[in-house]
Amino acid sequence: MIDALQERLVRFLQRVVKRPRIDIPLALGLITLATVGLVTLYSASGGNMPMIAGQAARFAMGGVLVLLISRIPPSVLRTWTPWLYAGSVFLLLVVAAIGEVRSGSKRWLDLGVLSFQPSELLKLTMPMMVAWYLHPRQLPPSWKDIIAVGILIGIPAGLIAEQPDLGTALLVSAAGAFALFLSGMRWWKIGSLLGAVGAMIPVAWHFLHEYQRNRVRTLLDPESDPLGNGWHIIQSQIAVGSGGLFGKGWQHGTQSRLDFLPEHTTDFIFAVFAEEFGLVGVICLMLLYAFIIGRCLWIAMEARDTYSRLLAGAIGMSFFVYVFVNGGMVAGMLPVVGVPMPLISYGGTSAVSLLTGFGVLMSIYANRKIHK
Amino acid sequence: MALRRRSIKDTRGEATLFRVRAMVGFALILMGLGVLVARYQYLQVQRHDEFALRSENNRVKPRAIPPARGLIFDRNGVLLADNVPAFRLEVVPEQIKDMPAMLAAIREVVPLDDGDIDAFKKQLKQNRRFDSVPLKLHLTEDEIDRFAISRWRFPGVDVVPYLTRRYPYGPLFAHVVGYVGRIDADDMTRLDADRYKGTSHVGRSGLERSYEDMLHGEPGYELVEVNADGRVQRVLETHAPTPGKNLYLSIDVRVQKAATEAFQGRPGSAVAIDPRNGQVMAMVSVPSYDPNLFVNGISKADYTGYMTAEDKPLLNRALKSAYPPGSTVKPFLALGGLELGIRRPEDTVLSTGEFCIPGQQRCYRDDTRGGNGTVNMVRAIQLSTNTYFYKLALDMGIDRLASWMGSLGFGKKTGIDLLGESEGILPSREWKATRSKYPWFQGETVIAGIGQGYWNVTALQLAHATATFAGHGTPYAPRLVMATQQVKERPVALPNPATGPSLIHKPHDWDVVNQGMLAVVNEVGGTAKGQFTGFPYLVAGKSGTAERFSRRSNDYDTNKNTSYLATRHRAWFIAYTPVESPRIAVVAMLEAGAWGAQDAGPIVRKIMEAWIASTGGPVPAKNNEAAPSPASSAPYIPDVPEDTPVATPADMSAMPAESTSTTGNDDGGNP
Repeated sequence: MIDALQERLVRFLQRVVKRPRIDIPLALGLITLATVGLVTLYSASGGNMPMIAGQAARFAMGGVLVLLISRIPPSVLRTWTPWLYAGSVFLLLVVAAIGEVRSGSKRWLDLGVLSFQPSELLKLTMPMMVAWYLHPRQLPPSWKDIIAVGILIGIPAGLIAEQPDLGTALLVSAAGAFALFLSGMRWWKIGSLLGAVGAMIPVAWHFLHEYQRNRVRTLLDPESDPLGNGWHIIQSQIAVGSGGLFGKGWQHGTQSRLDFLPEHTTDFIFAVFAEEFGLVGVICLMLLYAFIIGRCLWIAMEARDTYSRLLAGAIGMSFFVYVFVNGGMVAGMLPVVGVPMPLISYGGTSAVSLLTGFGVLMSIYANRKIHK
Repeated sequence: MALRRRSIKDTRGEATLFRVRAMVGFALILMGLGVLVARYQYLQVQRHDEFALRSENNRVKPRAIPPARGLIFDRNGVLLADNVPAFRLEVVPEQIKDMPAMLAAIREVVPLDDGDIDAFKKQLKQNRRFDSVPLKLHLTEDEIDRFAISRWRFPGVDVVPYLTRRYPYGPLFAHVVGYVGRIDADDMTRLDADRYKGTSHVGRSGLERSYEDMLHGEPGYELVEVNADGRVQRVLETHAPTPGKNLYLSIDVRVQKAATEAFQGRPGSAVAIDPRNGQVMAMVSVPSYDPNLFVNGISKADYTGYMTAEDKPLLNRALKSAYPPGSTVKPFLALGGLELGIRRPEDTVLSTGEFCIPGQQRCYRDDTRGGNGTVNMVRAIQLSTNTYFYKLALDMGIDRLASWMGSLGFGKKTGIDLLGESEGILPSREWKATRSKYPWFQGETVIAGIGQGYWNVTALQLAHATATFAGHGTPYAPRLVMATQQVKERPVALPNPATGPSLIHKPHDWDVVNQGMLAVVNEVGGTAKGQFTGFPYLVAGKSGTAERFSRRSNDYDTNKNTSYLATRHRAWFIAYTPVESPRIAVVAMLEAGAWGAQDAGPIVRKIMEAWIASTGGPVPAKNNEAAPSPASSAPYIPDVPEDTPVATPADMSAMPAESTSTTGNDDGGNP
């Protein structure tokens, strides 16, 4: 019994290694991105080798995850979807009840050996669930289906916003909303929904925590508070702006080196990148991101069924949200929220959860339509 | 319905629709990325000159100033934990060309032990190359001098001043105040990095740990000008940190000292609590240790010494050591009997020396051969008649016994403001079910009636229960800290409301048990008769002598040698005074004491005497001197309002002077 299982496992692993079912262009794009990430981290961390080795190990682990998940057919993923979604929402509830508080917010679940944020799981299970829900329905979705999807998004997003973790709540809701958008939701319905959301903003303001409101206020006028919340924004813009067209050169960014730039390995690492590689570097990186997202959408179009299409498209598009929110935050365009620059920012959970999503994409690619 | 829907699902149309949407989506994304690039273009090209200049001029940066840790005082303002300036050796890794060579060379100037090197290397890995890392804390003057001479040999190494913690009373308050220790890697993941920037120490045990949040304070910052290498040139602006709050304990240092000395080094613990508000008046665990050794990293030799010492000086016995309480549970059980309507005070039991459960072979014994005869409740408490309580426990049943004793706080944490207290064991069916496959036996109920069997209580729990009883049943969580003080402000009393309504519903029940405990100390035949002769107040108490081993045979042990018995017994004594309106409840436990009253009783008395002295009361007469019967002497009412929580700083500062002048006791004034 055990032997048979072991044998199957060995054969499975052999298949994974010998004939990987992956999309080579997408894989190359990701590898390039991860390399840029490590190079930037080396400079931003001041040559902290344990940090870089840790990050490289996480990338390696993520790569293995991509290979493994790519072997799971989308049809299997689809049957698992409701359970995965229910499981991750359940873990969110557990966190709300007994989670560990770190620097003022309750996001972590301590499992003894490792602690992780269940909200990360939703980044993947959320678009899976929306795609699962829409898969058998008639598309474009009716109001009834839209409301149902709204509830599927709203419950976990609300729980995450309550932790409070506005950045992740935003990413999770965006992932669900993109699936809805891609399913062909009528433009007038999108318009009226966006209008309603817009009308809600003044109401939502009241539900924000004071520190969150302050971040918005500071964004509007960073110089008013140059040492508190405004410090991040001002120093980050100085870093970016002083980089100029071609940058100060690798390891020559003074802003992070002299400790002016806070969080320069995590949320604000892109400022280090922009300072050292300049606008040229920024444009190159943006093109790389655009290529990755475009490739994701191409895989989505080639997908065999509605579930795979919506899921692949939503994963690709939510990748954009990371880039836009983090890039906008670093450039002083958007308020400071905890959204990392994908595969560039230091930090384990986000790299692993992102790469898991790309594993799903690879699986969808492997099971694409057969052309005549 | 679902089936019909699926049948009309237009898959090809959906795929086309998706294609369109994906393309629109991608177009929108490209626009979004375009907006982002435009913004970067604006910052990096249009405004490049401006930002380049600002970056060039970016010579001013904020630097955290760690707050001074709050001080800890006794109830009269005697300093128990102080901050003193010290110096440490710091290294900027970037400026060291050859780290092993530098470490080897510097060891010849300033002695370093392996612990220092380990901690340094660990922190080195986590820090950035241009952040300084402490190499050795708490340099001696000799070391500073020697380093100053050869400083030129060590670029990148510097002597830096900082504040360190000092505990002037050393071991006396080690188990209460605890100590701080160097922040290590584990702490960094747990603590708020912004609040602890620049802070080197964090509370590790005792109040230092449980009140960490209050003691720490809020860091300030200064704006410093740095040169192109990041070296500080000058300080431009300083925003002072907010120091941590000072703590005032309800303990008087003189009472604490008397309590410790009363043990004469014998392992044990004692806790005194004010029944009116839960304030802890003394809390000692003997032996103790020197907290000062832990502050800047304890040496391996010292630590091994403490860890291997047979009498475990690091163990806080009052908080963590739970032992069978023996006969000290009897008054509480008696009170339960009255409150639950199982006994009337006048109900009597015939004690013949042996009690057998009807229909069973196994019998349980009285301490006195032949028994105490016919006893009512008061007399049963006075003589500690086992048979009376065997029977009471049996009539009460284990479920009611567990629930009543549980309401007095046995079997759970008392809620004192220290971390890590033991819950002890309250015998109950539920407790046994988690430990054993056997059901509850009646015999176990019987021995639970005399505080043996599964019972385990800490001195703190027993003191809490005694104080709850002495305070006519109103429970308070024990509190060591009675007031906190923001620097330059008045101390503010920490409120400690009762944790529940009074447990005693019939006031007369209290009177009966109180009478029993009075008789223990004051009536002929009472187990502690003579222990409090000449004491200015009426004392009520109860002794307990718990066996450390269960009886092997039916023979009476005839060996009356005290040192022999001490190896077999634990001695407890609980008491409160003045009986008219109790203001202090004391528990003393000796890990190896022959008899509760004779061995633990005098410790309780000494604590009470020190307490009277500290409140400015009369100096009590010696034990064997002729003294007027305490019952007839009018209770002394001290004129110092020592019980009122801190009112004003004036009061606080006036208090030590006042009490020292009235008592002539100069122990507590200055270390």
